[in-house]
Amino acid sequence: MSAFSAIETKRDVDQNEFTPDIEPQATWCPGCGDFGVLKALKGAMTEVGKNPDEVLLVTGIGCSGKLSSYFDSYGYHSIHGRSLPIARASKLANPNLEVVAAGGDGDGYGIGGNHFMHTARENHDMVYIVFNNEIFGLTKGQTSPTSPKGHKSKTQPHGSAKDPVRPLSMSLSAGSSYIARTAAVNPNQAKEILVEAIEHDGFAHIDFLTQCPTWNKDAKQYVPYTDVQEDEEFSFEVTDRQEAGEMMYEAESRLSEGEVLTGRFYQDDRPSYGQEKRHTGEMPEQPLAERYFDDSYEWERSADLMHRHR
Amino acid sequence: MTNDELLWRIAGGSGDGIDSTSQNFAKALMRSGLNIFTHRHYPSRIRGGHTYVEVRAASHEVKSRGDGYNFLLALGDSFARNPQEDAYYGNEEVKPLTENLDDLREGGVIVYDEGLLDETDVADLDEQAEENGWHVYPLDLRGLAREHGREVMRNTAGVGATAALLGMELDPVEELMEERMSGEVLEQNLEILEIAKNEVEDREFTHDLQIPAVEDGQKQGLAEDHEQVLVSGSTAIAYGAIDEGCRFISGYPMTPWTDVFTIMSQNLPEFGGIAEQVEDEIAAASLAIGASHAGVKAMSGSSGGGFALMSEPLGLAEMAETPIVLVEAMRAGPSTGMPTKPEQGDLEHVLYTSQGDSNRVVFAPGNAQEAYEQTRRAFQLAYEYQLPAIVLYDQKLSGELVNVDEAFFDREPNPSLGSVLTEEEIAEAPHHHSGKFNRYQHDVENGVSPRSVPGQEDGRFLVTGNEHTPQGHISEDPDNRVNQMDRRMEKLESIRAELDADDQSSQTLYAPDGAECQYGIVTFGSQQGTVEEATKRLSENGHSVKALGVSELLPYPTKDVKAFLDSVEQCMVVEMNASAQFRGLTQKELGGYGDMMTSLLKYNGNPFEPEEIVDGFESSISGDGDAPGHSTTFVPAAGD
Repeated sequence: MSAFSAIETKRDVDQNEFTPDIEPQATWCPGCGDFGVLKALKGAMTEVGKNPDEVLLVTGIGCSGKLSSYFDSYGYHSIHGRSLPIARASKLANPNLEVVAAGGDGDGYGIGGNHFMHTARENHDMVYIVFNNEIFGLTKGQTSPTSPKGHKSKTQPHGSAKDPVRPLSMSLSAGSSYIARTAAVNPNQAKEILVEAIEHDGFAHIDFLTQCPTWNKDAKQYVPYTDVQEDEEFSFEVTDRQEAGEMMYEAESRLSEGEVLTGRFYQDDRPSYGQEKRHTGEMPEQPLAERYFDDSYEWERSADLMHRHR
Repeated sequence: MTNDELLWRIAGGSGDGIDSTSQNFAKALMRSGLNIFTHRHYPSRIRGGHTYVEVRAASHEVKSRGDGYNFLLALGDSFARNPQEDAYYGNEEVKPLTENLDDLREGGVIVYDEGLLDETDVADLDEQAEENGWHVYPLDLRGLAREHGREVMRNTAGVGATAALLGMELDPVEELMEERMSGEVLEQNLEILEIAKNEVEDREFTHDLQIPAVEDGQKQGLAEDHEQVLVSGSTAIAYGAIDEGCRFISGYPMTPWTDVFTIMSQNLPEFGGIAEQVEDEIAAASLAIGASHAGVKAMSGSSGGGFALMSEPLGLAEMAETPIVLVEAMRAGPSTGMPTKPEQGDLEHVLYTSQGDSNRVVFAPGNAQEAYEQTRRAFQLAYEYQLPAIVLYDQKLSGELVNVDEAFFDREPNPSLGSVLTEEEIAEAPHHHSGKFNRYQHDVENGVSPRSVPGQEDGRFLVTGNEHTPQGHISEDPDNRVNQMDRRMEKLESIRAELDADDQSSQTLYAPDGAECQYGIVTFGSQQGTVEEATKRLSENGHSVKALGVSELLPYPTKDVKAFLDSVEQCMVVEMNASAQFRGLTQKELGGYGDMMTSLLKYNGNPFEPEEIVDGFESSISGDGDAPGHSTTFVPAAGD
């Protein structure tokens, strides 16, 4: 028997269950794209049939980090850039948890970039949502890693001399096995993509365009947007690494010119990290967390290792 | 020179198997009934560079390195870079011989491999030998190894020669070889060992140093008839963690912390645990937090620079009240410093690093047994009180091998997650009417508000590094702030009370002449054994002195230290750093005593030798504290 009956018991879930009974007043501005992520995530979790007590939502710092405050599940609002290492260890400790990490573009592609690269490389079975608004919002409008070249802000008064990072291409080369871009203004696609990401067995990275109506008016509302799967101009195979890479390059370049391309960009069925680690004999078959609640487990002792030291 | 102890130093180049040869030699001596203590000195380099290991063996208890040594086995450095004397780092080829002569005691024995070391490169060896009464035995160990096996087996030839010169039985050495090798390699090594011994035995000896006699077949200070095991401080830390049910470790390699990380990584998969080598130390500490949050006993660790990267996650664990155990293996700083040399300079760093008021437990064990005990205690306190607990040690304790009664490790495991609720208990526990579990309640016993674990029904709450309400929601309400802050700080008071209530204090009092003493010596962490040996000698020299080894640093053991200081007129604080950090901490915690505490400091990369403390102490009470010939620094009491 599991010590975690929220995971063991499967039941129908209502979308409202992910909304706290008394909802904390959101700190997001009216018209903020972050509301779109919250709504899409609630819808997606309901659709895949997860209940609030079996979901762990780990967030970083910034407006995006507040997601865990308004989404009713186990939440871990961590520190800037570090949502991924916390989230992936929780998943290793208890692989039956549904683990989602989320943060902003500064959080994921800037200060936490190293963790992004390695979590993708290891292909942990989890979802990573990056709220990409091409700006540092909560600190009041500084240039971020995804801000377009020439972007002017209080900290870049003459305009940024840097090209923005290419999040999709970076994700592909790092090793993510599901890569998509969606936009807050496209709630149906966002929900569908989140459902796919949750169901995907591996590291699913979603670059989520979230308009910042206060500090990044240039980005408008990321409308009009184009779905690369539906528009006839684009024809590529999401499982073809090379074609996917070219499509990503195109989408990233066009965003700098104000054209919004969204959709699924890459999908690969390579084994997740948990599977690989179990395969090499370095991870137990049963969730480690269960063992601490199992009174019948015979714990190994250092006394068993003494023969090496005699 | 006394013959009651052997201080055997094997010197050579990094990568020449000095470490493994010395370990087997030490183990052989342990099996023959002697007490063992080893000291390692090595460079930050893969191949080549002067390295040595000292094995101290005696029938009496040994808790420290000795003063110098009395037997040198100088092998060649087969990866030496600079064979010229005027090279920037000197002539590395002869360093196994030249670098070790300063510490060799009068009347000591030198065996060197003339196959690799050219005596003419050490121009004044004969003069020095004569002056100091050394007995020099040049032997072609390399030639012998080549002839009967392979060149790398010259270490074995050196051990055979050692046995012959010291009148030592080969049985335990052969037994160890048979356990570790097989086939042709074993045969050749056994042959080389035997031949080397026989060849040397045919020579005329001029020295009288012999292997110490095992008195009455008993080891002093240890339980009778118990099998002994040879362990390092790092092994003791890792085994303490294993016995506390720690089954998750995350880390990034860094000397000297790598030892603990390696031992855990090699054992955990076998025990159904998980070891993760990750991208950096920020990730390492964060992973430990994530695993612990999800209901697993987890640890991480590093050394100075890597631990600095853990500062922010460490603060998160304090604010979020996620239990973690970290270990910090100090090496000489600042910055990259001297990566393979010990120091105790990270004390203040570990006590205070991360923003805000620190809320953690810090222990500094004084020896291998304490390292085991305090690692276990660190886990118990971390998981019961939901905070980070840190085991602070150093390169010295990390690598030194000492024999311990095997029965010491025959202990019950404790896999308890501490203050975690079951689902039945959660159902009864207070919830907010928004549906969330009250994870951070205001008024609770000892400041501890029990937690739930993700996946438990109706246990959901929010963790945040922001100040928060009982459900975990961000809050800047002043009353809530003070409530939560007071509750978190109360945990430290509860821990202090729990530790004070122990039957036996973790502070080790050493008073060979009883408690009534004029003088005291205080130290913390790994210098404990050396201070005890120095105190013993001072007492034999007629001084009225006792010692205290402090191993609990935060919360500070005010009662124990105050009682000790109040009982003496003057006290010397011994520590391995340049700014007297432990003395400063003691003054801060006790609010005084600055005018009666002097300091003896050492920060040249080598741990104290007992004689340095003896001389430092004697010159501090009879003179100005100057101890010529030693690399220690004396700092007078405040106001002097």
